[in-house]
Amino acid sequence: MTSIAQDDSNAVVIIGSGAGGGTLAHELTRRGIQVVLLEAGRRLSPADFSQVPGEAFGQLTWLEPRTQSGTTTVVEDYPTLPSWTAKTVGGTTVHWTGAALRAHAWELRARTTYGALGDTSLIDWPVDFSELLHYYQIAEQRMVVTRRNGNPGLPASNHFKVFHYGATRIGYKQVHTGFMAINTRPTDGRGLCIQQGFCVQGCKTSAKWSTLYTEIPRAEATGNLELRTECRAVRIEHGADGRATGVVYRDPTGAEQRQRARIVCVACNSVETARLLLLSESARFPHGLANSSDQVGRHFCRHTGGFVWGVFDKPIEFWRGTTLAGIVLDETRHDPKRGFAGGYHLEMAALDLPSIAFSGLPQTLWGRELGFVMDHYRSMAGIFINGEDMTRAGNRITLNPHVKDQFGLPVANIHVDDHPNNDAMRRHAQAQGKAMFEAAGAIQVLMSRQTPATHNMCAARMSHDPADGVVNGHGQAHDVRNLFVSDGSAMSTPSSANPTLTIVALALRQADYIERQMSARTI
Amino acid sequence: MHSNTTLDRREFLGATGMLTGLLAAGSPLLSLVPGRAWALDLKALSSPEGAALLAAARTIAPHDQLDDAPYALVVQALDGSAAGDAATLNLLRQGIAGLPAGFASAPEAERVAALKTVETTPFFKSVRASTLMTLYASPLVYAYFGYEGEAFSKGGYLLRGFNDLRWLPEVPMADSGPVFGERT
Repeated sequence: MTSIAQDDSNAVVIIGSGAGGGTLAHELTRRGIQVVLLEAGRRLSPADFSQVPGEAFGQLTWLEPRTQSGTTTVVEDYPTLPSWTAKTVGGTTVHWTGAALRAHAWELRARTTYGALGDTSLIDWPVDFSELLHYYQIAEQRMVVTRRNGNPGLPASNHFKVFHYGATRIGYKQVHTGFMAINTRPTDGRGLCIQQGFCVQGCKTSAKWSTLYTEIPRAEATGNLELRTECRAVRIEHGADGRATGVVYRDPTGAEQRQRARIVCVACNSVETARLLLLSESARFPHGLANSSDQVGRHFCRHTGGFVWGVFDKPIEFWRGTTLAGIVLDETRHDPKRGFAGGYHLEMAALDLPSIAFSGLPQTLWGRELGFVMDHYRSMAGIFINGEDMTRAGNRITLNPHVKDQFGLPVANIHVDDHPNNDAMRRHAQAQGKAMFEAAGAIQVLMSRQTPATHNMCAARMSHDPADGVVNGHGQAHDVRNLFVSDGSAMSTPSSANPTLTIVALALRQADYIERQMSARTI
Repeated sequence: MHSNTTLDRREFLGATGMLTGLLAAGSPLLSLVPGRAWALDLKALSSPEGAALLAAARTIAPHDQLDDAPYALVVQALDGSAAGDAATLNLLRQGIAGLPAGFASAPEAERVAALKTVETTPFFKSVRASTLMTLYASPLVYAYFGYEGEAFSKGGYLLRGFNDLRWLPEVPMADSGPVFGERT
């Protein structure tokens, strides 16, 4: 086991071991760069993942308090869970469904494509799509994505037969089992998908890509990584020259520790990334680190989401098989004739028995209506809407001085007011989902509102202009040259794609940049 | 829950409540528990309070063919939180006290009407949330809903029917993929 001294000021410190942090750690260490990887959660193995419904949620989820405000229905429907993020080695790559989707070129030019949409803070990405595409392709090879590089698709499950039939009946042309980072055969040291149906509980055959069993052990094998688990970063420090000098963290016993650093990379899944920067205030940065422009935490996005459930009179047994291996791509286009800007994906989605009752169905459902639906559990089909959210400066992560965590630090407050564009998009998607299920013979269709997000983005966004973004096109803080943002919070706009593939691609690209800058000794 | 032998002593002590019941003859739950009779000690709530919550759970998530036993698990969960937290105990106590007299044994339509009037209260939301989380998470009810639960130890469903639906046409290979992942 590699050990890096706490006073080693040549180390790169990465905070968070998920899609961004885990990938970046591997990329840097394989080039001989020493990395300390701090992870707040425990290190589990696939053998530890529980398939007792509900148990995995407790194993993998960030359960420390957060607060929320705004007009989003999540405030009312999920008062204690404003967002659903992971706290475990591998982060949300343990929890994700495996959907490895690319953003479209026009989505990277959101401001240009959508125009001056009222009450939004849209910008174009400071990244050229052709360059991102290069890294998407590397990411897809690394993660072994279906339907890319000659890989076959996942086979159609019972659930997908219903989804496909309904979608094609109402005229959709691009309907398939998805671009999934899930093995259809043993590849790259990972097993094959045995259609267990427990994807978001942690994949017990490692068929689904996760940094937990790919990038992180490979980084460790280089001899250049020290992973410190159950270590919670609480503050990033800087020196008199304004450059980051290290990270203060609490070790598993709760004791304060300090790791010096040449470079600090933050990858804590948007909400905690913004919170950590805000917590790192100082005389020089009184509003938080890298926040001279008051942009940290702003423009926070989730995806425009919600479920559509179809109830049928014939068995489907949708818990069998890959949870999300089904997608409609036809609606990922910008077509203002639909009444909104941007596009959305319709993604097949199943939930286990308690989860569908507790968090999948409308939160107002009870009595005979609930009884009827649950009596048809084996004859249900589901769609998850994943659409572009419009950035707004007022949707933001702030510190809540009234609620403190176990270390006495203010927790994150998530404020989201839904933009009318989101409401219009959601209504459209719900109507399309309903039409799909009715075309397949549904006897009832139910819609549920926005659910707590795992897709948290844009809260420390990339922009050419330091006045309206936190980091430049490489995720490098405008204010602090050796501070990087390495997760979905760096995305300038959220696109309609599930974020993991984009986060991995950006981390691969950032690693190239960091290596060049270190060689040139500019950082 | 345990078998029903301590009932008399508990009733005699009378400090807190107890719920008891019998599984219906032929109940599929009989294969999962030692006998037909079950009893649940309550740590914080009284027997009438427990009975009211059981009736509320049945009203919120009605499944006529399900025994009372899995609904009693909801009461157990609520009672457990009440035992550990005075605010929860107070919330439940006051909520139950606000229900009409005889709620526990009232016909369903009356129970629904009573709960409708408190639908937006923290009491109702708390009982509804506990009902959904506990009732449907209990392996006691899996068979009733056809749910199969944990799948890894059985090898998943790759060879056990993940694609055995026959009431719709098969998906063209271009939109699907080979079951054993051979390269195309």
